[in-house]
Amino acid sequence: METINIFVRAIFVDNMIFAYFLGMCSYLAVSKTVKTAVGLGFAVIFVLGITVPINYLLENYVLQEGALTWLSPSFATIDLSFLSFILFIAVIASVVQLVEMIVEKFAPALYGALGIFLPLIAVNCSILGGALFMQERQYVNIGDATSFALGSGVGWLLAIVGIAAIREKIRYSNVPAPLKGIGITFIITGLMAIGFMSFMGIEL
Amino acid sequence: MTDKATEVGEQEVRKEVLPREPLFSAKNRRLVTDPLGDDNPITIQVLGICSALAITVQVQQAVVMSLSVLFVMIAGSTMVSLLRNMIPSRIRIIVQLVVVASLVILISEVLKAYLPDIAERLSVFIGLIITNCIIMGRFEAFAMGNKPFPSALDATGNALGYAWILVVVSVVREVFGSGAISFPGVGQVTFIPESFFEAGYYNNNLMILPPAALLIIGVIIWVQRTRNPKLVEEA
Repeated sequence: METINIFVRAIFVDNMIFAYFLGMCSYLAVSKTVKTAVGLGFAVIFVLGITVPINYLLENYVLQEGALTWLSPSFATIDLSFLSFILFIAVIASVVQLVEMIVEKFAPALYGALGIFLPLIAVNCSILGGALFMQERQYVNIGDATSFALGSGVGWLLAIVGIAAIREKIRYSNVPAPLKGIGITFIITGLMAIGFMSFMGIEL
Repeated sequence: MTDKATEVGEQEVRKEVLPREPLFSAKNRRLVTDPLGDDNPITIQVLGICSALAITVQVQQAVVMSLSVLFVMIAGSTMVSLLRNMIPSRIRIIVQLVVVASLVILISEVLKAYLPDIAERLSVFIGLIITNCIIMGRFEAFAMGNKPFPSALDATGNALGYAWILVVVSVVREVFGSGAISFPGVGQVTFIPESFFEAGYYNNNLMILPPAALLIIGVIIWVQRTRNPKLVEEA
């Protein structure tokens, strides 16, 4: 139950875009058409779903204070958490590279759909943000961490597909010239975020 | 001379032939001033939005964040620019990430030691400086192809362009959201006089919530593009 609760909260209440503004750069840059937005959204779910569990294991068996006791009891006082930024980003960059190569080799159709987005994702704030939130919130097991990662990914997909659909339609509207493009996108995102705030306090 | 010039690429060739530039030539000055206005990283290049929106609830946080980004950008740009001829282009993103990540670890440890409560409130956003698009964007677009000094200037300009937007947004949010700005050491400085509250004025709670930042940046973009119609987008 807790796992499902974490999943739902990550989609609606702690939405990556509307509550924390993570991954805004690609959100604004790639949301011109629904098709590409869907592609990028699935790539984010995919990468989050892989990197957060890996980083969870790293955090719990290497970085945390006392995490190295499985090697030797004398390591109980070692705290490597100051290395977490560099390790997390290294995991993300290498996983993205690996995933890109594997997908290209074994699933060319999927590569055609996601390929161009994968390199973009290494520097997407929402991926590193997912890892850092996982570290801060101290999930009890890897299942909860994974469900948080997938939920955040789905929330991100929802947000980018929503804004892309609105931007496709708004092309036919008479927006004041200085607001065209990025300006109106900011304001619409703000309004969408106000809408998402009504989910606040959801508990399953 | 010619050997070296062919090695470092075309952009360098043009520079090598020119007579020595003065340290703060008009071109170098523009590197700093352009990102403050018509080439602003946030409102025009639309980079680095993530952190700009999330940490602008309080002026203190915004200032600490801007200073951190300023440090990381100047040091990082200079380093990447010094390394630019040694980095193989296939793995350049990873090399750049490692440079930024080490600098951010430094910042994060310093903040935890000297400003623990602000570090607590900034939480994950200090770590997210690593993936701040302005930093990676400027490394890619400028530091990888230019000498250290212009790169440092370009970094300064962009970080300051980022900083002023952050400070403006946070001032608006804090003044209208809580009626007062809290400064470290000074305490709360009230901006909305007591008589307003007696006359029925309320603090605008929306300003404290996340969506307000988006709306304020939208308005800044609106004002900027109204003043300079050349920036208006086609679409």
